[in-house]
Amino acid sequence: MKAAVIIFPGSNRDVDVIDALTAVSGREPALVWHRDTELPDADLIVLPGGFSYGDYLRSGAMAARSPILRTVSARAEAGAAVLGICNGFQILTEAGLLPGVLMANRDLKFVCRDIHLKVEHADTSFTRRYDTGQVIRVPVAHHDGNYFSDPETLARIEGEGQVAFRYCTPEGDIDDAVNPNGSINGIAGVYNEARNVLGLMPHPEDHIDPSQSCSDGRALFESLVEELA
Amino acid sequence: MKARVHITLKTGVLDPQGKAVHNALTSLGFEGVEDVRQGKYLELDLNETDAEQARAAVESMCARLLANTVIEDFQIELEDG
Repeated sequence: MKAAVIIFPGSNRDVDVIDALTAVSGREPALVWHRDTELPDADLIVLPGGFSYGDYLRSGAMAARSPILRTVSARAEAGAAVLGICNGFQILTEAGLLPGVLMANRDLKFVCRDIHLKVEHADTSFTRRYDTGQVIRVPVAHHDGNYFSDPETLARIEGEGQVAFRYCTPEGDIDDAVNPNGSINGIAGVYNEARNVLGLMPHPEDHIDPSQSCSDGRALFESLVEELA
Repeated sequence: MKARVHITLKTGVLDPQGKAVHNALTSLGFEGVEDVRQGKYLELDLNETDAEQARAAVESMCARLLANTVIEDFQIELEDG
């Protein structure tokens, strides 16, 4: 699998995802600077976590208008897999590649801890190594992870199977008490209509090896390798 | 020409910052406040002299960058000079 990671000023989880991709695919990803307009040949394009442009104006707003995003959009439309993690998710919604928006957490606190996620569908390029309904443990680290969309969009993404992950209890119950940020319907990640673009707030790249206390995030990268190799 | 742009959250969109400000005002003894909504304010200096053209340009700026119209509304005021 050939992967490319886009680096923005203020990206800070780029090394985490580069390490995860290298460990799982056995191949180092290409690194692309945000001012570039060309992307190397890649099966997977990753927008890493961080605070691109210092979250000026709105999280992800400036990065979404940077030159490289036009190229990313064109590749996504042509069917390339695109993965946005945390700030990468915010950038993809701001760029219009994913529906909805990520607002400030409802308690206005930066949340940094492990949470549990329910895998909604195991029939996508990103999740084929999971089971539908499987509960995984991964960390979150964000201030603006409160997913919101207007009621029509929400009904559409729920109806079309575009919800990728939901916050849940360790037993897999969707309970607002364990929703770390106030996201509507407990939504932690969404796909585009064609399900080749995924954005999620949690960090699967930080749980890929037992030395990180848990390797539940590894199967997401293994799924991509299996699908795209 | 100067454009003043007010960006506010749409009605019905939760505004935890506005709520926190409201609570702080209440705790300071300001009892008469019924609700607080927080927004953004931008001033743009434009070299455009035609008001209609200026408004069209700023509307486009709001739609494409300054506001996220999923959750935000914008209002534009223009001032000569």
